[in-house]
Amino acid sequence: MSAPTFNEAGLRGLPPVSPGRVRKDRIARTFIGALTLIALVPLVLVVFYLLKQGLGAWNGDFFTTDPTGRTCFPGQTTCSIGGVRSAILGTLEIVALASVIAIPFGTAVAVYLVEYGKQSKFANTVRYFVDVMTGVPSVAFGLFVYIVLVASGIGGSYAGWKGSVALALLMLPIVVRSSEVVLNLVPNQLRESALALGAPRWKVIWSVVLPTARSGLITGSLLAVARAAGETAPLLFTAFATNELVFGLGQPMNSLPLQIFNDVRTPQDAIVQRAWGAALFLVLLILILNLVARLAQRRSRLA
Amino acid sequence: MTPEPTTTLTDVDLPETPLTTPEVPAHESASEAAANGKNGRRLSLQDLKAFYGDNEAVHGINLEYNPNEVTAMIGPSGCGKSTVLRCINRMHEEIPGAYSTGKVLLDGLDVYASDVDLTAVRRAIGMVFQKPTPFPTLSIFDNVAAGLKLAGIKGVEASDRVEWALKGAGLWNEVKDRLNSPGIGLSGGQQQRLCIARTIAVEPELILMDEPCSALDPIATLRVEELIQELKEQFTIVIVTHNMQQAARVADRTAFFLLGDLVEVGPTESIFTNPTDSRTEEYVSGKFG
Repeated sequence: MSAPTFNEAGLRGLPPVSPGRVRKDRIARTFIGALTLIALVPLVLVVFYLLKQGLGAWNGDFFTTDPTGRTCFPGQTTCSIGGVRSAILGTLEIVALASVIAIPFGTAVAVYLVEYGKQSKFANTVRYFVDVMTGVPSVAFGLFVYIVLVASGIGGSYAGWKGSVALALLMLPIVVRSSEVVLNLVPNQLRESALALGAPRWKVIWSVVLPTARSGLITGSLLAVARAAGETAPLLFTAFATNELVFGLGQPMNSLPLQIFNDVRTPQDAIVQRAWGAALFLVLLILILNLVARLAQRRSRLA
Repeated sequence: MTPEPTTTLTDVDLPETPLTTPEVPAHESASEAAANGKNGRRLSLQDLKAFYGDNEAVHGINLEYNPNEVTAMIGPSGCGKSTVLRCINRMHEEIPGAYSTGKVLLDGLDVYASDVDLTAVRRAIGMVFQKPTPFPTLSIFDNVAAGLKLAGIKGVEASDRVEWALKGAGLWNEVKDRLNSPGIGLSGGQQQRLCIARTIAVEPELILMDEPCSALDPIATLRVEELIQELKEQFTIVIVTHNMQQAARVADRTAFFLLGDLVEVGPTESIFTNPTDSRTEEYVSGKFG
């Protein structure tokens, strides 16, 4: 088989794959397959432990009471450590306000970069700083807001809205970058068609570019929201943490990441388990956001 | 001025019509055209130069486009024909660094005059692009109505105009039962006719077409070419094409461009059968380009 053969026309036959190449192929495939499996191990373990520990914490009053209860001593039956209602409400409110700040600003910056700034010096400088901001550790945003808004005493001390500002700073570069990519995907011919109809530029952006890019803009924003929802550090010394149920963003508020942070540090097993429950809920929340983002992307009109 | 053929027979139905010459003041030719029941405009380019940054792509073109005629601009890639077209409705300047000098006169009015509203120019001079570009988020109806909305035309009047434009683009019978479905659901040829409907809906003074059939199959191309013949009853049409057969089929007059210069312009038949410039002859006979 391995000897070269000749066909009727005198052409050299096509030799089979050499055993050495087959062997190398097998080794390489096994190697990358094994690495993939190893990389999956922590992911699967995280999900497994979250479900195992977290589901146990999801009892009747987990979502309906606040973490203000006391540790139950053996023999006590009427006590409860409480659930995470205030943390869920706090996370929803703080992240919602952060989104309201960061998404319009971020989208506006992206519109400027794509539609007006283009490759100008100023636009490229903005791009550079946005990139730098993407790499800033989240704790630095928390520290910044702590110094500017909390330590200076503007509007009182710790407050939910200050946490929102810190999260918004974190979200801003993510929204800008993802929106810029999506807006660049809108075909230039569409802009030209609208301009050639006599539409002013703002109208082209508002009526053609943004609607065409809508699903992509939503996807990018939701991913930024998901990222912000899981952050602990920016909230640590801005929104602070209180166990009470607080509705107003003007006061210190609880949040899921902070609840987890505080609960895990306690020695009581029941409270640590509450942290697992809160973590599971947070992961589910982010999972849902990601799913919605994917659905929005699937409906995208852009390639 | 361009070496203009002294007279051009534009319309076989009206052989006695005095044919417009470059010397005739613009408003006279317009009123003449109006007297014949036609409302196409006369367009003239005077020493039009177009630049991309420091690069001069078009070197001082003088060219007349007669009312209610189809003028084809042909030439090899990079000869500046599309750039000239984009200068006419001031789309050229949308490209960063691009600008132009000289005059583009629409019935004597300079579209580059300093007090002219850019959006008004583009409303008056419609443009059909190479690729069909229906607005992807809009329905068939809204695509055609997009320009009307900008002009402040709404309600029943808008519906009437959309119907008129779709009929004019030969698309009405194919889409009248699904006006609310998305415009991108149509076939390529239908999309291009939708874009033509969108352009004529605002009743422009002039229609520019930038290789409108290059993305279409032969049948759709034929349909659009027939449409161009119908549209010239109402509009002056300028078409850029790579396809010389197409120029021969649709154009009354043809202008040949080479390396940013206008080589020759004249009645289509004489350009293709008896060109005065040897470069034109070489190009139309397929020796280069």
